[in-house]
Amino acid sequence: MKIFTIAWRNLWRKPWRTVISSGSIFFGVLLSTFMTSMQYGSYESMINNVVKFYSGYMQIFTEDYHENKTINNTFIFNGSIKQIIEDEPKVTNYTPRLEYFSLASSENLTKGSIIIGIDPIRENMVTGLKKWVEKGRYLSKDDDAVLIATDLAKYLNVGVGDTIVLYGQGYHGVLAAGIYPVKGILNFPSPELNKQFIYMPLNSCQQLFSAPNRLSSLVLMLHDNYQLPSALSHLKSKIKPPFMIRSWEELQPGLVQMIEGDKAGGLFMKSILYLIITFGILGTILMMVSERKRELGVMIAIGMQRYLLSRILFIETFFIGLLGAAAGIIVSIPITYYYYLNPVPLEGDAAKTMIDMGIEPYMYFSIQPDIYYVQAVVVFIITLFIAVYPVIKAYTLSLTSALRS
Amino acid sequence: MNVIEIKGLTKIYNTSEVIVKAVNGIDINFEKGEFTAIVGPSGSGKTTFLNMLGGLDKPTSGKVIIGGVDVWKLSSRQLIDFRMNNIGFVFQSYNLIPVLTAGENVEFIMHLQGKPKKERKQRTKDLLEAVGIGNRINARPSKLSGGQQQRVAVARALASKPEFILADEPTANLDSTATNSLLELMSKMNKKYNTTFIFATHDQRVIDKAHRIVTIEDGKILSDECFERD
Repeated sequence: MKIFTIAWRNLWRKPWRTVISSGSIFFGVLLSTFMTSMQYGSYESMINNVVKFYSGYMQIFTEDYHENKTINNTFIFNGSIKQIIEDEPKVTNYTPRLEYFSLASSENLTKGSIIIGIDPIRENMVTGLKKWVEKGRYLSKDDDAVLIATDLAKYLNVGVGDTIVLYGQGYHGVLAAGIYPVKGILNFPSPELNKQFIYMPLNSCQQLFSAPNRLSSLVLMLHDNYQLPSALSHLKSKIKPPFMIRSWEELQPGLVQMIEGDKAGGLFMKSILYLIITFGILGTILMMVSERKRELGVMIAIGMQRYLLSRILFIETFFIGLLGAAAGIIVSIPITYYYYLNPVPLEGDAAKTMIDMGIEPYMYFSIQPDIYYVQAVVVFIITLFIAVYPVIKAYTLSLTSALRS
Repeated sequence: MNVIEIKGLTKIYNTSEVIVKAVNGIDINFEKGEFTAIVGPSGSGKTTFLNMLGGLDKPTSGKVIIGGVDVWKLSSRQLIDFRMNNIGFVFQSYNLIPVLTAGENVEFIMHLQGKPKKERKQRTKDLLEAVGIGNRINARPSKLSGGQQQRVAVARALASKPEFILADEPTANLDSTATNSLLELMSKMNKKYNTTFIFATHDQRVIDKAHRIVTIEDGKILSDECFERD
């Protein structure tokens, strides 16, 4: 007669009680998994938006450029940096950029703008820039033209086929000036970008600023955010001064803080949920031990060592946790997977707010394995905590009072 | 030959209001194969005496020496093992483990003793047949009558081959047919295995079967008489 058999049969002495106790864990795990999946899905969506929209997962630039983003602190893209990037298997793509400020003018109107020189093909592979072209056409490598963001175009009163003048300071203080036709109008989901961005082919941009072969940054892409820590640490060990590499987390500290804040809120909610479950199960266990006091006393009286008895009681508690957690995880997997494949579209003001923030108006779900196994670990810890009571009871049970009960 | 020697056994309960001497300095010996009834009115100290004798309740003072071992000098773990190997218990309310079948209840103690499976199975079968319910080996206690449950309890008490069996009011919940049948059974087991039986009882039918009757009152032995019985 294994102690497992006794523990298992004890569970089913009052099947409804076991079902209700395990059921509370089941619903707790299901709800918590669903919440976490939705939470992580929204983070992944936000990170995706930021990373795939502009910043990439990592950027390489010079230490001086990091301190002072002037064109004088740009660098020449040489073979050694290229080799390091191409040797890193987790990097799926990269794109060079030369980014600086300039005045943009048309007839009597002038506005400060951000000029970004890009490799049109690589940039489109990394950030999908082409999809934001609202009017006109996307750039090709040899163009000597620009793509202008829609609000800036409206301000300057220019359209496709019109020309704008870019005027500013180039490398080492030389005059930077050029006249460029507008090849396309970009409409980003972010009002801030729509007010100030101008894209042009890298060569044209380098000529404009008299900075041949110079780049301000290299934007690196990975398959997903989970590969970031190892890729970043690997590349950091290889990239030596004057170059440096920074992750999107370091480049976008505001987003990281927002996610951490939201995670803390979610953790608080889940803690309350699990606290309620803990007390629910504790109540069941207290009752289970209390009504079997005499039986436990008899088992010790006839020769069962207290440690064996405590093992039985622990296994019973553990089984309740295991049943609930396993059922919760098993049921939550297909549900979250369904929503992972079919994100919930948002409507109304919520959708508008998200669009204004440059985020697609969908409620995304994540299916990262840790969402599921963390629940199992949490339930296991709760079970351990609750199981302390019957274990203590088994060790401190007074035989005479138990037999009299 | 003395199986059990009891010297100056005392149990004092200190409540907030009064001090109760439940057992008051009892000296007594029990021999191998005895069939003894401890009798006395309610509250006389029978159960307390039996609990101390069985290593369930610690005496305030005095000694319980079983087979040369001073029981109350053993550690908690040693005491549990000692009970398992030397003492069988039959309780008033049967106290079988409800999730185990009759057979498993009997086998359970041998499992704790670490006996091989084959031996356990055979002895379980033999004992349940000996107590007359071999055909109910797979029945759970809830499916057995009170008399049948008490028979299983006797089989369980005998399973570990103990030196003696302590039975606290074993017939209190049984009707007269079941009581007579159980007493016949215990008497038979006493003769067959030469196991010492000590009952705490005030059931006259049990008293009539006993070879020795020890009367306790106010925690003291009032009389100790031996009888020749068939």
